[in-house]
Amino acid sequence: MRAATLNLIQALREPAALAHLPGPAWAPLLQSARRCNLIGALAVRSAEAGLALPPPIARHLKGARQVAERQRLSVRWEVAELQRVLGPLGVPVLLLKGAAYVMHDDGLALGRMFGDIDILVPQPALGDVESTLMQAGWFSAKVDDYDQRYYRQWMHEIPPMTHVKRGTVLDVHHTILPLTSRHAPDPARIIARARPVSTGSVVHVPALEDLMIHSLVHLMHEGELHNGLRDLHDVDEMARRFGSDAGFWGRLVEHAAGNDLAQPVAYGLTLVQRVFGTVVPEPVLPTLHPGPLPAWLWPLYRRALGEPEGAVDALAALTVYIRAHALRMPPRLLSRHLAIKAWRGLMPERESRPVPEI
Amino acid sequence: MTDNPAATSGRAVPDIVLEIPPFHVRVRSPLPAVHAHLNLFYPLQARPAAGKYVDFDVALLPGRGVRRWWRPQCRFALDGDEPFYPLSAGQAAPMFEWGMNWCVAQRPLGHLVMHAAVLAADDRAIMMPGFPGAGKSTLCAALALFDGWRLLSDELAILDPADGQLIAHPRPISIKNASIDIVGAFPGARLGPVYRDTRKGDVCHVVPPPSAMVDAQRRARVAWVVFPRFDATAEPLCEEISRVEAFTLISEQSFNNERMGQLGFQALCGLLDGARCWEIRYRSTEEALALVRRIQENP
Repeated sequence: MRAATLNLIQALREPAALAHLPGPAWAPLLQSARRCNLIGALAVRSAEAGLALPPPIARHLKGARQVAERQRLSVRWEVAELQRVLGPLGVPVLLLKGAAYVMHDDGLALGRMFGDIDILVPQPALGDVESTLMQAGWFSAKVDDYDQRYYRQWMHEIPPMTHVKRGTVLDVHHTILPLTSRHAPDPARIIARARPVSTGSVVHVPALEDLMIHSLVHLMHEGELHNGLRDLHDVDEMARRFGSDAGFWGRLVEHAAGNDLAQPVAYGLTLVQRVFGTVVPEPVLPTLHPGPLPAWLWPLYRRALGEPEGAVDALAALTVYIRAHALRMPPRLLSRHLAIKAWRGLMPERESRPVPEI
Repeated sequence: MTDNPAATSGRAVPDIVLEIPPFHVRVRSPLPAVHAHLNLFYPLQARPAAGKYVDFDVALLPGRGVRRWWRPQCRFALDGDEPFYPLSAGQAAPMFEWGMNWCVAQRPLGHLVMHAAVLAADDRAIMMPGFPGAGKSTLCAALALFDGWRLLSDELAILDPADGQLIAHPRPISIKNASIDIVGAFPGARLGPVYRDTRKGDVCHVVPPPSAMVDAQRRARVAWVVFPRFDATAEPLCEEISRVEAFTLISEQSFNNERMGQLGFQALCGLLDGARCWEIRYRSTEEALALVRRIQENP
């Protein structure tokens, strides 16, 4: 991990210490925070610590905060739209990750930046949900035949849908992990424990424990750690906020173990402990994962998380990518998929665009 | 200009911090054209690299691999990321200006940022939203060079919702195509090199009068919103328009009002509360200057 990333983690762990941060250290800190998508979180943590920062720095944090607030508002709008569009189908629509944080509790993940909105619907209703969304202006973004098949045959979601007018992106899942995955959790249990966002709404948020489990499982099965540090920070925040609720950890262990997710949850909690010093009560990890945790876990993620730099970090990131895919699909499918992706990697689609000439 | 070893790359590349109010911009570039541009247009702004908080960490870099020599390219990086396609190396200086516009427009700093030229007489500002080809930059240069208006910005109106005032962001005035000869003929105008065949045709930059930089900490409140239109064939026109109409037209030219949400909406309403709004059409710079004087003197 880069020194700058470590400084960012330290700042999030102990925001009060920012009061003594030397002037020249701020630019690299905010640069790291932007790259890791944690600048809004940094703004919230430093505000919570009651810091009065110099105006040139405060305006960057304030600006990030405003964008995050605006995004929360637009998530609420999209949730209202989902209720309006999918309500008549009468099937439960479960919010996951960012959108669930916004709708769960007024204070959860303040300052978080959002990419897309993730929902989970029961598999039998998937066809109806997809066509209803299409009639309401959501369309499948440009993906080719291979991607379509990859998503539909093997994955746990359909290709991302983009709203024709608002441009917001919706990821529709029908299960927690890819169909080809080693672990096979039953999404019905998570849906059964969820509660509606408001009385009578079809849109639901998972129970807090399930929310944390999903974030951890997603992190451990996600090949790209671009937002890995942010996802770990989400978990850290949940642990800080809800960890002292009576029975929270007991329910977490029960729900994870009861749904074939004990191992990824144990691995994920280990990481968040190492990175953010998150307090996880003594018996939780041994109960989830009897025996020692694999020795490769921490060295690998320590290099791949945050802002990887140099060949060793790149190798670690690649290993994480392959490992995540190995968990998601059996070996033959894996080698074929990686070969196709590697071939395409030689001709990547450009992410940059022409400079706007104003 | 100093040659400091760049901390991150380990290679020695020229490294300076410019104070371009209200920001500090670190610029690293081994490209001589970039340094010539900065020397001509930002002579007063260079600051030591250490000490100030850097708002934008920018690099203008040569192309990768063979594109360093063969049909050479330049790349624009902000915080080490490259948001744009490379351009031909000859366009490095305009790429810096375009890239900076993008930096200011996209990075959330609590301001409402609009595409408009802004000049001030004392603390009263004239804001001219920019519709392409309308002639705002030519008129902006004329007002600054002939009529003593202080330039706040030729492209970016930066509104602070906290006090409803516009913030100066003094940078060169950017002119295109036919305007280059027109402004080049203004007495006292200092122009940089002409960059041919960019995506928008020929581009050239004009040095703003020194008052732009000297008084850059002074904010100004909008008194006049003027939508200029150069039209060589039509009769001149000067017509007051409603604030509602002006609001709609400005919204089209705002970079971040969607992100700014309610705060931006209220800030723009507040800006228009104190302003009168005009549409002007003219056949020559002289006519335009006369119309603006008339608006300024209008009771």
